[in-house]
Amino acid sequence: MIREYRTIQEIVSPLMMVKMVENVTYDELVEVELPDGGIRRGKVLEVNGDTAVVQLFESAAGINLAQSKVRFLGHPLQLGVSGDMLGRVFNGMGHPIDGGPEILAEEYRDINGLPMNPAARDYPNEFIQTGVSTIDGLNTLVRGQKLPIFSGSGLPHAQLAAQIARQARVLGDDAGNFAVVFAAIGITYEESEYFVQEFKRTGAIDRTVLFTNLANDPAVERISTPRMALTAAEYLAFEKGMHVLVILTDITNYAEALREVSAAKKEVPGRRGFPGYLYTDLATMYERAGRQLGKPGSITMIPILTMPEDDKTHPIPDLTGYITEGQIILSRALYRQGINPPVDVLPSLSRLKDKGIGQGKTREDHANTMNQLFAAYSTGKDNKELMSILGEAALTPTDLLYAKFADEFERRYVNQGYEVNRTIEETLDLGWELLSILPKAELKRIKPEYIDKYLPKKEG
Amino acid sequence: MGKVVKVSGPLVVATGLSDANMSDVVRVGPQRLIGEILTMNGDAASIQVYEETSGLGPGAEVVTTGYPMSVELGPGMIENIYDGIQRPLEEIMKKVGGNNLPRGVEVPPIDPEKLWEFTPVAKVGDKVEGGDVIGTVPETPVVLHKIMVPPYLKGTLKNVTPAGSYNVKTVVAVLTKEDGTDVEITMSQRWPVRVGRPYKRKYPPVRPLSTGQRIVDTCFPVAKGGTAAIPGPFGSGKTVMQHAVAKWSDVDIVIYIGCGERGNEMTDVLREFPELIDPRTGESLMKRTVLIANTSDMPVAAREASIYTGITIAEYFRDMGYDVAVIADSTSRWAEALREMSGRLEEMPGEEGYPAYLASRLAQFYERAGSVSCLGSDDRRGSLTAVGAVSPPGGDLSEPVSQGTMRIVKVFWALDAQLAYKRHFPAINWLNSHSLYLDSLKPWFDENLGPEFMQNRERAMSLLQSESSLNEIVQLVGKDSLSPNDQLTLESARMVREDFLQQNSFVDVDSYSSYDRQAQLLAMILDYDKLCRAAIAKGAPTMELFGIPARERIGRAKSVPVEQYQQEYADIRVQMEREIDEVVEKAGDTL
Repeated sequence: MIREYRTIQEIVSPLMMVKMVENVTYDELVEVELPDGGIRRGKVLEVNGDTAVVQLFESAAGINLAQSKVRFLGHPLQLGVSGDMLGRVFNGMGHPIDGGPEILAEEYRDINGLPMNPAARDYPNEFIQTGVSTIDGLNTLVRGQKLPIFSGSGLPHAQLAAQIARQARVLGDDAGNFAVVFAAIGITYEESEYFVQEFKRTGAIDRTVLFTNLANDPAVERISTPRMALTAAEYLAFEKGMHVLVILTDITNYAEALREVSAAKKEVPGRRGFPGYLYTDLATMYERAGRQLGKPGSITMIPILTMPEDDKTHPIPDLTGYITEGQIILSRALYRQGINPPVDVLPSLSRLKDKGIGQGKTREDHANTMNQLFAAYSTGKDNKELMSILGEAALTPTDLLYAKFADEFERRYVNQGYEVNRTIEETLDLGWELLSILPKAELKRIKPEYIDKYLPKKEG
Repeated sequence: MGKVVKVSGPLVVATGLSDANMSDVVRVGPQRLIGEILTMNGDAASIQVYEETSGLGPGAEVVTTGYPMSVELGPGMIENIYDGIQRPLEEIMKKVGGNNLPRGVEVPPIDPEKLWEFTPVAKVGDKVEGGDVIGTVPETPVVLHKIMVPPYLKGTLKNVTPAGSYNVKTVVAVLTKEDGTDVEITMSQRWPVRVGRPYKRKYPPVRPLSTGQRIVDTCFPVAKGGTAAIPGPFGSGKTVMQHAVAKWSDVDIVIYIGCGERGNEMTDVLREFPELIDPRTGESLMKRTVLIANTSDMPVAAREASIYTGITIAEYFRDMGYDVAVIADSTSRWAEALREMSGRLEEMPGEEGYPAYLASRLAQFYERAGSVSCLGSDDRRGSLTAVGAVSPPGGDLSEPVSQGTMRIVKVFWALDAQLAYKRHFPAINWLNSHSLYLDSLKPWFDENLGPEFMQNRERAMSLLQSESSLNEIVQLVGKDSLSPNDQLTLESARMVREDFLQQNSFVDVDSYSSYDRQAQLLAMILDYDKLCRAAIAKGAPTMELFGIPARERIGRAKSVPVEQYQQEYADIRVQMEREIDEVVEKAGDTL
């Protein structure tokens, strides 16, 4: 039953109040028909007696209080999904903008999805080789993981994300079952175009679904864009059995749109003006990644966010870090030194790595060398700092070797560029080569038998 | 029957509920969503709905059940995984035939059909009171479930069912109260989650809870019946720490509450625990565990309830005379749920938007822990230990949840992101953490591990303290300008950190360390320090003392297999003493 009203009482963008409504339900989809026939959409945020508060997804410009018609559609915002979505480009509200025909939906799905039963989850433990040493070797990505990239303005997160999307593969797996769902959330045309060109260059575009809400599109639309993308991803992964990589960029724009709506609703603000439910809201998106028992597909998610002022304690990266399973942090200092991709190894983390590495997955020595590399790099960096205060003379010979190790590690292990695709063996062997700079007695975190087997023998 | 007038997210206002009581559970709308009454005003009630309210509008019916939010307690809870309002998630999966959680699903918390082997221990004619055991049921190989008379009941047993297989709804005893009325007792009972279950009296906790984690057990022990908090920024290892405590604690029952956290973490517990063997019982760890999972994508109101659901189940097992640990990850998410509901109720906010009653709610939760003498005439002792993770935004401990928690809990394991970056795990900062149970546990330590244990702990802590002040000097003038004794302090402190405090929870041998082993390992490291100090006084050069081959063996001592460690530690000591003597002799020769 569709009901039409001409009783808009008040509009304070993006909120609209409609009076004298009947049988309106919470979260229902709303269409506003403008006098010129244009359509705006929104959803019911609150219904109190015969008054409904509607949040518009699009700009409120042009809505006339007396002449616009409001229709309540009786269902929440839905996305028509289909296997034909691959290779298509949509706007932030799920309409095709590539000039092609509308999608013939196989099914309509509520874009908010349903929470996944924790008992029905399958633990992610399949190693994904991204070809990037700092990820494969030290912060291993596994299928079904959500691993964000914490970046800053002006840092090359787009290149890194494109490199991962291009190179990522599961060893011994057929590549045909792979799809990318890309959501541009409030980013610029150029950045979005960079991804499109990258996908075209590598031929991945046919296996990609793009949702784009650019910087000049209405901010409130951004709240739906990632959910549209995730609904498509869920369909492809859990109905069509595909392995889907979801890239969401930029979550900071999303959170700011959420703050805008929250402020309009006059809610009590939390830290930095963001609503108190930012955590829950982000979680309902991020948690849609994963694997399910008895389903062949998976959703692996790489959200990208720019940390305001490179501050990791800002609510957006902070809350993201509490939900996601680790983070890849980019460092401005490394980027300035010309090290690419500038992954800041020490604070980066992959929580699921331990289940995805080792014998039968990567190699038996992986866990040990990983810990040793981390510890050695950390010590090396400390020593370099000490050296810059006290001079080289204040360090013992071993300390100096550590400092040298830290330099070499950055120069060779981290700095691999965006075109080099290293296998996991190459990454591990490079790690051993670097560890051979240090005295053997310092390799406390590695089992002696692995040292005998893998440490390159010094000549002479 | 009431009618909905307003819907705003999980908050629903309904009128016509004058017959309902405060805090009653209600069913809302055609989908019979579960809700709880938060406030009453005339015949209008504000209801917190535990499920997504999408599609609900004014005019929908609201029915009260007449009961407050309760849990069902009885055999069949162990090994189960529940959501925040005690709905069994695996049963839901079977019932809906899908991997998602739709709304309005009704599944009984305890399987009403399953048969249990009941053995009566009470006889007809016995005078019994609340808490007295009527019979027992072997729920799992390690948990003997005691069927108790519900609290506040008193009378004479008129009938007791003979041993046999029954389901939880079977009447196993009939009790005649003093006023002559009969009460039927089944194997399950209900209890409101927001009310603590009664006990006779509380005692100060005097036994340590052994977690097998060296930094916890030796440096900052928690007592059985005590409270502890693990605050830390993301990535510092809170969850790994919580899992370690859940795995290795020497308690009878573990209740693990995943409150607003990651779904995959619960999956991890669910898949890993059945395969892990409890070193004390030889059975799978799952055989003593109840999981409550209300992950961050599940409805926020049920998250608020999950903590109470968990602790009420824990109290029930405590009442049987067991040692129970409740592990809540994370209380910050619970507080956020509280904040969200408070905001929707348009309450006046306190600090950072949290309601003004945040601190008192936190205190109420932790106060339900304790070492108690249980109800019943046999004077059983039980304990309930509560361990809560706190996730302070940006790692900033000045925020309200951390502050509210720190005021109440007695043990504080401060996780440190800097240590985590260095891959020092568990990343508990030894300078910022504390335990207020040291004094009350001292008699136990002295009796079971000898008086030198506490002395060694003191020495280790003071070495670490000196290290931190010496490091400031090193930053300015370099290591070489330190006196040999100070250099030794740095070296010994490093050994305490690397060879004792660091513990790898992913290596089988190292993931659990018994109290005896911890005491011996620490004593060995401190003996090295003592011997070296004596050697330095005799003029032995520090570099040679630091380079003796026994050092490497000490470094690997924590990964020696369990059966061999006593022999190995004794061997290392002999080697260490001999080598230090040699260094001293050599130094004597050159002088």
